[in-house]
Amino acid sequence: MTNRSTQGLLAGAAVAVALAGCAGSTAPAPSDAQTRAKALELMKAGFSEKGIAKLDRLNQDETQALCTQYATGTLPKDVAEKIEKANMASIKPPSDGKYLGDWKRGEQVAQRGTGFQYSDTKETPVGGNCYACHQLTKEEISYGTIGPSLYNFGKIRGYTPEMQKYAWGKVWNTQAYSACSFMPRFGHAGILTEAQIKDVVALLMDPDSPVNK
Amino acid sequence: MGKRILGAAAAALAGALAVPLVLAQDTVKEIEKYREALVDGNPAELWEARGEDLWKKPAGPKNVSLEKCDLGLGPGVVKGAYAKLPRYFADADRVMDLETRLVHCRMTLQGMTFAEATKQPFGAGNDRKSDNDALVAFVTAESKGVKMDVPMAHPKEKEAYAVGEKMFYFRGGPYDFSCATCHASDNTRIRLQDLPNLTKQAGAQLAYTSWPAYRVSQGELRTFQWRLNDCFRQQRFPELQFTSDASIALTAFLARNANGAEFKAPTIKR
Repeated sequence: MTNRSTQGLLAGAAVAVALAGCAGSTAPAPSDAQTRAKALELMKAGFSEKGIAKLDRLNQDETQALCTQYATGTLPKDVAEKIEKANMASIKPPSDGKYLGDWKRGEQVAQRGTGFQYSDTKETPVGGNCYACHQLTKEEISYGTIGPSLYNFGKIRGYTPEMQKYAWGKVWNTQAYSACSFMPRFGHAGILTEAQIKDVVALLMDPDSPVNK
Repeated sequence: MGKRILGAAAAALAGALAVPLVLAQDTVKEIEKYREALVDGNPAELWEARGEDLWKKPAGPKNVSLEKCDLGLGPGVVKGAYAKLPRYFADADRVMDLETRLVHCRMTLQGMTFAEATKQPFGAGNDRKSDNDALVAFVTAESKGVKMDVPMAHPKEKEAYAVGEKMFYFRGGPYDFSCATCHASDNTRIRLQDLPNLTKQAGAQLAYTSWPAYRVSQGELRTFQWRLNDCFRQQRFPELQFTSDASIALTAFLARNANGAEFKAPTIKR
């Protein structure tokens, strides 16, 4: 993917340069950053706010901007470390120190796909939609494959306090561990509440959860 | 005819509802069977027929038809036109996709305002049918079997493609999603829905040439502008404006990547 699109872009640029040479004038091909700026300009003009989705959603934070910039190339090590460090600092541990909620409620959060779309309202229940991308239990066969299977998550890794803390962090802000991961930063972005994240961590880490059966 | 088609679709849908009882691999096979069953008798034909009427019928303040509309191959040439869109139009000094060009023709030929020509961009049931949907169905059907051949000679066509590519990778919103989140990997799916890898030629060809499509679950013919609009809704972005330059740039990127493939739409999807 990265090579193809980069090559395409380079080929395009080469053609542009060649054409400019023939014509004897015209500006050089725009840089990557200029094209990104043009894209953002067109997006700001080409989207309109609707319901709960306001235009400020197009304003990228530093993580989003860096992950966009390096989307088609290799993410440099120092950039990845910078992203992970900043996101690690955003993780808030549970206020009562308890990571595990109720796995049954966690299953509901994992199943639910609504929330934050302009077709939703502020009252629409918000889900984590985990099954859209992950296998979690044997019972649910309608699961996606963008993310890895999480079946037997706790059973494989051990039901330790360290692993509970790790699961909490991954759900709260996955980019603390994996820069530019495709997964939403559920706690950091305010998508799920602390209670919901506890329930999802229980779904992953409770020995009684169907994830670990 | 319509009733028979819908009956068949309903039967197929009922079959699909039994799906969750079997295992995942079998489920995928069952869904493929269901899709095959749908191909026989596509209600998109109803939209195509209405679109042809709209194309030929005098309308708007100037009371003329769209038969002189230039979709890129000359006034009135519909056959094969969609396979070469989006493209640069000198008379508008702008790269346009089909929907944008149709709006342009309804304004310049028929005398409509932009608001009139875009008042129902997507259909919403029998009470709110979309002329755009019908016209798109008619025009795209006239490219069935034609190889995609989107030009990239004009500097503005090059710019649209390059900008569309950047849009594809733009991560934003509360969920950090971009188009690439779901459409830049091979052999992945959301729930049981297969996802095309739009950064590779084969994936872009398969996906782009399958729109517009009659969506059984919605009872509507859905255009490519609708497809992009609804992707961004699920990305948790604000609403992509109909015929915006942003929508055209992204379409140019995806359409151009589909070059060389035979155009197959309007198709039918779940």
